[in-house]
Amino acid sequence: MDAQIALLLAQDGIVNGAIYALLALSLVLVFSVTRVIFVPQGELVAFGALTLAALQLGKFPPTIWLALAMGVLAIGVDLRRALNGDQISWRNTLLWSTLLPISACAWATFARPTSLPAQVALTLLICTPLGPLLWRLAFRPIADASVLVLLIVSVALHGVLMGLGLWFFGAEGSRTPAFSDARFTFADLPFNGQSLVVVGVASVLMLLMFFFFGRTMLGKALRATAMNRTGARLMGIPTGLAGDLSFAMAALIGAVSGLLIAPLTTVYYDTGFLIGLKGFVAAILGALVSYPLAVAGALLVGLLEAYASFWASAFKEVIVFTLIIPVLWWRSVRTHHVEEDE
Amino acid sequence: MNKPLFELRGLCVSYGSVRAVHAVDLQVSAGEIVTVIGPNGAGKTTLLLAAMGLLPSQGDLWLDGAQVNHTEVEERVALGIGLVPEKRELFGEMRVEDNLLLGGFVRWRQGQRDQHQRMQEVFALFPRLKERREQLAATLSGGERQMLAIGRALMARPRLLMLDEPSLGLAPLIVVDVLKAVTQLREMGVAILLIEQNARAALQIADRGYVLEMGAIALQGKAAELSRDPRVIETYLGLGGGTHAT
Ligand SMILES: Nc1ncnc2c1ncn2[C@@H]1O[C@H](COP(=O)(O)OP(=O)(O)O)[C@@H](O)[C@H]1O
Ligand SMILES: [Mg+2]
Repeated sequence: MDAQIALLLAQDGIVNGAIYALLALSLVLVFSVTRVIFVPQGELVAFGALTLAALQLGKFPPTIWLALAMGVLAIGVDLRRALNGDQISWRNTLLWSTLLPISACAWATFARPTSLPAQVALTLLICTPLGPLLWRLAFRPIADASVLVLLIVSVALHGVLMGLGLWFFGAEGSRTPAFSDARFTFADLPFNGQSLVVVGVASVLMLLMFFFFGRTMLGKALRATAMNRTGARLMGIPTGLAGDLSFAMAALIGAVSGLLIAPLTTVYYDTGFLIGLKGFVAAILGALVSYPLAVAGALLVGLLEAYASFWASAFKEVIVFTLIIPVLWWRSVRTHHVEEDE
Repeated sequence: MNKPLFELRGLCVSYGSVRAVHAVDLQVSAGEIVTVIGPNGAGKTTLLLAAMGLLPSQGDLWLDGAQVNHTEVEERVALGIGLVPEKRELFGEMRVEDNLLLGGFVRWRQGQRDQHQRMQEVFALFPRLKERREQLAATLSGGERQMLAIGRALMARPRLLMLDEPSLGLAPLIVVDVLKAVTQLREMGVAILLIEQNARAALQIADRGYVLEMGAIALQGKAAELSRDPRVIETYLGLGGGTHAT
C-alpha cells in the first residue's frame, strides 16, 4: 500500500466516520436523556434516503402516512392520559402529531417540490416528527422501566420499522443524485464534491449541536435533564420536553445521514441498520455518555473500516464489530477501579 | 392573621403500605419563616417532596387560594413553589453559572429574559458563588453547594421556598451564613418553609414552628413559645440539642 492509496482510504474512512459520528452523537443524546438505546435510528437513516428517492421519482412518500398514523395514535394516547387526570401539554402534542405531519402531507400533495433543496426540506419535515412520535408511543409510557426493558422495546421497534420499510419502499434499493458532482485534485489526491458535502454538513451539524448544548437555554435544559432528572424537574423543565427534543434531534440527524449517504451507496430498506450499528459501536467507545469520545470513536470506526476493506475486505464488518470487545473489556476494568477508589 | 400563602390540609403520604406522613395540617404566609423540626425519620423530607409533587399524596394543597393537588412538579414551579431538596440535586458537570441560569428556566419559558439580572441578585446574597461562577458545581465545598442550591431555586423568584435541612453537613460558621441569607429572603416577602434537625438554629430565625414526630404534628406554635416548651427543650434543645444526628 503506497501513500496515495493510504490517503484515499483515509478520505473514505473520514467520510464514513463523519456519518457514524452524527449517529453516535444522537445515540448518546437519546440515551443520556431518556436511557433508551435507540436501535431504530438506522431505520430513520433508510427512511430519510428512501423518502427523498420517492420524492425524486414524483411519488408520494409512504412515510407521510406513517407520520400521520402515528400522530393519530399519539393523540389517542394523550387523550387517555388526560382522562386519567394527567396534565397534557397539548401544544407539543399537536405540533408533533398534527401540525408537522399535516404540513408535510399538504406540501407533498399540493406543491410537489421539484428542486433538490425543497425535496430535502420536505424529507426532513416528514422524518423529524417520527422521532418524538416513536418516543411518545413506545417509550414514554414505560419511561421508568429498566434500560434492558427499554432496549427490548427498542429492538422490537427496529423490527417493526424495518418491516414497514420493506412494505413502503419494496426490496429494491435507491440511489439519489449527488448534492455536488464536482471533482478535483488537490495535492495529487482526487476529491469528489459529495465527500466534501458529507464532511461539511456533518461538521456544521456537530458545531450546531455543540452550540445548542453549550450556549442555549434549551440545550442546557436538555443536558440538565440527562445529568439529574429530579434536579431538572425542580427547575420546571418538563421531562416530556427533553424526550421530545432528543428524539426529534435523533430523527433529524438520522434522516440527514440518510440523505448524505444516498448518493454514495445504494440504500435499501435494511441498509440503515448496519450503519446505525456502526454509529452504536462509536457511541459505545464514548461509553454512551461522552460526546467528544463518541466522535473520536466514529472516526476510528470509519478509518478501521476503510483500511480493513483494503486489507481484508471479506472481514471488514467482523473487524469493526470485534473492536467493541477490547474496548468494553478495557472500560469494565477501568470502571471497576473507579468504583474501588470511591 | 392574614390569609396563608400556602396551606396543607390533611396531607397523607405513604410508601407502599407504610404511612410516612399522617394527616398533617400546615400553613405558611408570605414574609414568614415556618420551621418543621423533628427527629430523623419523622417524615420531614417526605412532607416536602409531597408538597412539591415529587411524591403522590392525599389531602389538599392550596397555594394563594388555588388548589394545586393535581398539578405536576413543573407546574408548581411555575406557580411559584421552590424546593431546595435534601440531596441538593445540582447539575454537577455544569458550571455554577449554568446551574443558576437553569434555575431561571420557568421564567425564561414564560418569556421573561431577566436571568442575568436575577443572577446578580443571587450573587449579592451569596458573594461566594460569584467567585466560583466558572467552576463546575461538583467541585464546590458543602457550604457552597448549599448556597448554589438555594440560589438556583431563587432564580425562579419563588413565592414559597421550601428548604430541606440546609444546615446538614455544614460547618457552624457556614450555617450562620446560610440561615442569615434565609432571613434576608423573608424580608423580601418570600414565604419560607424550613425543615431542620438543628432545632435550636431553626427556632432562632423562625416565626412559627411545627414539631413532627412519626409522621404527625405533635406540637405547634410561635417559635419563641416552642423554644420555651419543656418537651421541646428536653427532646430537641437540651443537652447539646441542635447537634445533627447524621
Ligand atoms: N423511598 C422510601 N421508601 C420507603 N420508605 C421510605 C422512603 N423514604 C423514606 N422512607 C421512610 O419514611 C419515613 C420518613 O422518612 P423521611 O421523610 O426521610 O424522614 P426525615 O426527613 O424526617 O428524616 C422513615 O421511616 C423512612 O424510613
Ligand atoms: Mg430528611
